[in-house]
Amino acid sequence: MAINWYRYASPATFLPVAERLAPWFASAAAALAIAALYVGFVVAPTDATQGEAYRIIYVHVPTAWMAMFVYLVMAFWSALALAFNTRLSAMMAQALAPSGALMAFLALWTGAFWGRPTWGTYWAWDARMTSTLILLFLYFGVIALRNAIDDPRRADRACAVLTLVGAVNVPIIYFSVRWWNTLHQGASVTPGSSSMATTMLTGMLLMSLAAWAWCIAAALWRAGAIILERERGAAWVGALPSARGAS
Amino acid sequence: MTAIAPRDDDAASGDALGGFAWALARDVRLALRTPSELGVQLLFYIVVVTLFPLATSPDRAMLDALGPGVLWVAALLASLLSLPRLFALDQADGTLEQIALSPWPLPAIVSGKIAAHWLTTGLPVVLLSPLAALQYGLDAGAIGVLAAGLALGTPILSLLGAIGAALTLGVRASGALVALLVLPLYVPVLIFGALAVDAFRGGMAYDASLSLLGAGLIAAALGAPFAAAAAVRIALD
Amino acid sequence: MSAYAFYLGMAYGACALAVVVEALTLRARRRRAREGAKA
Repeated sequence: MAINWYRYASPATFLPVAERLAPWFASAAAALAIAALYVGFVVAPTDATQGEAYRIIYVHVPTAWMAMFVYLVMAFWSALALAFNTRLSAMMAQALAPSGALMAFLALWTGAFWGRPTWGTYWAWDARMTSTLILLFLYFGVIALRNAIDDPRRADRACAVLTLVGAVNVPIIYFSVRWWNTLHQGASVTPGSSSMATTMLTGMLLMSLAAWAWCIAAALWRAGAIILERERGAAWVGALPSARGAS
Repeated sequence: MTAIAPRDDDAASGDALGGFAWALARDVRLALRTPSELGVQLLFYIVVVTLFPLATSPDRAMLDALGPGVLWVAALLASLLSLPRLFALDQADGTLEQIALSPWPLPAIVSGKIAAHWLTTGLPVVLLSPLAALQYGLDAGAIGVLAAGLALGTPILSLLGAIGAALTLGVRASGALVALLVLPLYVPVLIFGALAVDAFRGGMAYDASLSLLGAGLIAAALGAPFAAAAAVRIALD
Repeated sequence: MSAYAFYLGMAYGACALAVVVEALTLRARRRRAREGAKA
């Protein structure tokens, strides 16, 4: 199927597509979340050792996965932005950063409230949580750099370079933190999972899909706003129908 | 401070090594004109190292636990302090634009500047570290591992810091912003550098950590100049 | 269950709150962007 991808590389053509798609993804997110909660709370059994508190993994693991995944997608759009010098690719990266940062924050927050009843402490310097914290700092860095540079095109390229440098470093950071952690804490106390009941896995997967769908919806909405903000002077924006549209 | 623009006959060859050598010699010369600035950075290093026992406690156990980490974090912070000097001064008087326009490849120039930065900030910290390590009661062997790690790690700090400095050229509040951008990237260097000393003191093998630092240095030396050069071009456009 | 209700509540509550706040702020931002585009 020969789709003219370059057509959608124009912010003007992409905006109505984004506005139309976003509500679908949001609805899908809601439906998947409900399904996940049903499986996680009603179907899945209580954990023998951890009691009811373990059910937090149904949000903790999905948000942690999404924090990582969104960064990778951001890096993808950044690479495209640098390679093809397209504005829209950079706008997509710009739209994704806050969603990714939010996921990372929620991963840390939910992890803390899981850790307290389970291991007695809100923060245990385990490898995954520490890496997620550093990932949050990387997100903050990209967002801060975006806000600090006034010229949007310079900000696009600078943030793209920063995102890619960060992307290269994330595996290195994770590896080094894991090494550090195993040496200092011996037996791992990570909220990891050796064997997991199928129902638990299903609940986690459903919630991960819900988080994914929600991130897509939020990113599309944000990208729409960014397009309108940045293309304010362009002729096609003035010709838009009245602002009653999808909201 | 008068800028020295590349003379036409200097740039005639346009080869990478020439550019590297020119930038290295120039930046070192310029840095040595303000030796007090360099001295201040070293003093900062010593002062930070001194603060921690004062804030916690000077007993043996605390010093042993804190030592390698503090010595490494202080080196990190000291290298952050001097990063603005890397590009901002040249950009302010227009030399950076001339450099970017010269026939020398920009990554070569950037490599030269980074090397000069390390020679004037990182290397002195490495040489001073045994003195600072005395405050934490490190023995000769541990000091050796510390210095070796710093010798491998401080160039990495200069390399990564250059990317941050280039990205934030001319930006408001760039000092804190560079720190935010660059410190997360420093984490592996910090971890392996401090781990090497801890391993040595624990009687375990420390060469793995040092090898990783070495590998990191090679990787950074190969990649960072290109990333920093790209960032400089982005800032100049 | 009651012993863990606090932790479950804080965890899930934060996620729900985050989604709602994100949706509302995005809606306001899009509205402002559209108004700004008209002006």
